[in-house]
Amino acid sequence: MQLVVFLLKRLGWMLITVWVVFTLSFFLMRAIPGGPLNGERVLSESVRAQLEQRYNLDDPLFVQYATHLWNTICFDFGPSYKLQDFTVNEVLAQGFPVSAALGIFGMTFALLLGMTAGVVSAVHRTSIYDFSFMLLATLGIAIPSFVLASMAIVLFVFYFQLFPAAGWGELRQIVLPAMCLGAPFAGYIARLTRTGMLEILSNDYIRTAYAKGLSTRTVILRHALRGSILPVVSYLGPACAGILTGSLVLEKIFAIPGMGSHFIEAALQRDFTLGMGALLTYTILLYVMNTLVDLSYSIIDPRVVLE
Amino acid sequence: MNQTPTTPTDEQPGKASKRMELERLMEVMSAAQIQQGVSLWSDGWKRLKRNRVSMASLWTLVVIVVLAIITPALPLQSPIFQDVKQRELLRPTLFAPANPKGFTWTEKALRDFLSKEKIAEFPENWVVKLRAFRSKVVEAQYAGDESLLIAATPSERAALWYQWFGEIEIAPPEIKSFRLGIADYNEDLTLKRQELIEMSTSDSQRAALQAEIESLEARHPINALWNDPGFISRSMIEFRIFIFGDYCIPSICGTDKLGRDILSRVCWGSRVSLACGLIATLVSLLIGVSYGAISGYFGGRIDNIMMRIIDVAYSIPFIFIVIFIMSFLSAPKVRDTLNEYGINQITVFFLMIGAIYWLTMARVVRGQVLSLKNEQFVDAAKTIGTSQWGIIFKHLVPNVMGIVIVYLTLTIPAVIRFEAFLSFLGMGVQAPDISWGMLVNEGIQVITPIRIYWWMIVFSGFALALTLFSLNFLGDGVRDALDPKLKNR
Repeated sequence: MQLVVFLLKRLGWMLITVWVVFTLSFFLMRAIPGGPLNGERVLSESVRAQLEQRYNLDDPLFVQYATHLWNTICFDFGPSYKLQDFTVNEVLAQGFPVSAALGIFGMTFALLLGMTAGVVSAVHRTSIYDFSFMLLATLGIAIPSFVLASMAIVLFVFYFQLFPAAGWGELRQIVLPAMCLGAPFAGYIARLTRTGMLEILSNDYIRTAYAKGLSTRTVILRHALRGSILPVVSYLGPACAGILTGSLVLEKIFAIPGMGSHFIEAALQRDFTLGMGALLTYTILLYVMNTLVDLSYSIIDPRVVLE
Repeated sequence: MNQTPTTPTDEQPGKASKRMELERLMEVMSAAQIQQGVSLWSDGWKRLKRNRVSMASLWTLVVIVVLAIITPALPLQSPIFQDVKQRELLRPTLFAPANPKGFTWTEKALRDFLSKEKIAEFPENWVVKLRAFRSKVVEAQYAGDESLLIAATPSERAALWYQWFGEIEIAPPEIKSFRLGIADYNEDLTLKRQELIEMSTSDSQRAALQAEIESLEARHPINALWNDPGFISRSMIEFRIFIFGDYCIPSICGTDKLGRDILSRVCWGSRVSLACGLIATLVSLLIGVSYGAISGYFGGRIDNIMMRIIDVAYSIPFIFIVIFIMSFLSAPKVRDTLNEYGINQITVFFLMIGAIYWLTMARVVRGQVLSLKNEQFVDAAKTIGTSQWGIIFKHLVPNVMGIVIVYLTLTIPAVIRFEAFLSFLGMGVQAPDISWGMLVNEGIQVITPIRIYWWMIVFSGFALALTLFSLNFLGDGVRDALDPKLKNR
């Protein structure tokens, strides 16, 4: 019951957020010149009228807003302004799985590397491992992913020729972008895990576990890790947002046909319908991710009350 | 201390004890004066100084900032001068550039060359010879062979670099050094301006003069090579020409695909990137602190509404909205409209970044203000009749500065990174302005499997990474130093 109330509340706030984003971007689009009619060619009067009709631009502003809002509620983002013969829905349906795969690979890499480094650093505190892992973590956080990606391309694609430079479809092509995408988050996760782990390791129940005669491995993996993972879980929400933005630029660098590339293209070409569709998808995605994180938080730590 | 006046009755015994008490008081006072309280800031500074990594980062940042500030006064090549034909994608070299448009040769060296080649007598011959020699050297340099450049005599090298007024325009008797060339331009301009003021002839003549002055200004070397610098930068450039004359640093970081010097571009780019970090952070500070303080102080329904707004704003993916807005703003029509109002696109960009980074700051400040507003000093301020705004901004805000500073150190790198990110996508800073993100993007664009132009990425990327790295470490240090929990550790 509590769960249902929580989810309903979240749904309500999500709708408000999506509506705010929709209204904001709708009026921004209409306030500023551009759009399908302001191409390089000068359009004749009849063509212009036809185009305006096709994109619902001939109605009064309020009617346009209402129609557009209704279509959006029905998940119909309309035809793309610039990609001829494609609806926005089709473009998004093509791009979304690609971006999702990249994001999942990146996140998995970040979690695996970050948590391993964090646990090792905490267990061997003030050792050379600890120091070098934390230095690497700060490096990963500090260096923007596009700088990392550029250097990785120079090194691993052209100098050592281990990976292909761009493209999508093979596993080999995913490795480099996923690693560049995950690196900053791996850094954060390593630091968070280390801090959480250090705190947990000084608890009494860890001493009890050791006193029972459990091996170090069991104590750490069974008893300590679960408690120390909490800050990492609460970080996953912002991390998802970061992965989304990070994939924008990495998709551009590695020429991956995901949603990010489409969004950038839409913004550059002033393709309003596509841009709006992508924007709303991102908003919903972000909200769902945050809600999931809050849910998982309460599963890991029963003391957390959902509100 | 303000004892009541002594009465005559107990004068004798009272005086002695009074004096003793006074002496004791004086002693206590002087002891108290020696004893100095430790403020939060001095204590934090002391602890920060003990943190070696943070201090190293601090010094690195100081060096970077100072370099960025004095960039116009450094003997760098022009950041925007293009020469695709002869300087395209040259690899880093310690030798003076084959063609840096005028700089790097001295008048004496040139005269030596002229007299050696008997140029005063054979002007055409000189140009031909110079061209042949230059193309030979440049070809060799492309092939990675710098022996010709090294072997060249000083006068030959000087002539190689001589390119200021363009190859065709050169007529040897009028050869001028860069400095003298600028002096000529300035003289011309002054004359024309005087003429404009003194001449009270027809409008058409005046208009013609005006146009002439404008075209002279546009062609003025400083305007042409440094993209109309502002007053301060301009004076610094003039100072640099005064000090260094025609010397400039060779392309030790290579050149880009339009033949522009990368070292100079990285230095000029640092100005934009750092300024963005500063301005945008200040904007976010202003909005965040005011919003949070107001929300926390008034409380109740106002607080509730203001915090709900923040909740909604938190889940809006602002980065995408900014990308959207930037793409609108870069439309030529909008840009022209903005320029009419005197608003620079870069200013809008900075302000917008600042305007989306205030949410966390507002939340933190609100929490602090909530706990502070019931303190006695607030009651005291109310009692003496301070207005509500006075209480908020004079009494509460200064007290939350500690935590605000900690958040600032986190915001600055985030903002710089965001600016670089947008510029990298081509939606932030627009040419001819330069920023680090843009430079990395230019590097990415020339990557080919045939030749690796590593210098196009490495230097700008390194500058960006070093700055962010130092800011992150400094931020960690400041947080630790101002954290009361870690005191006395």
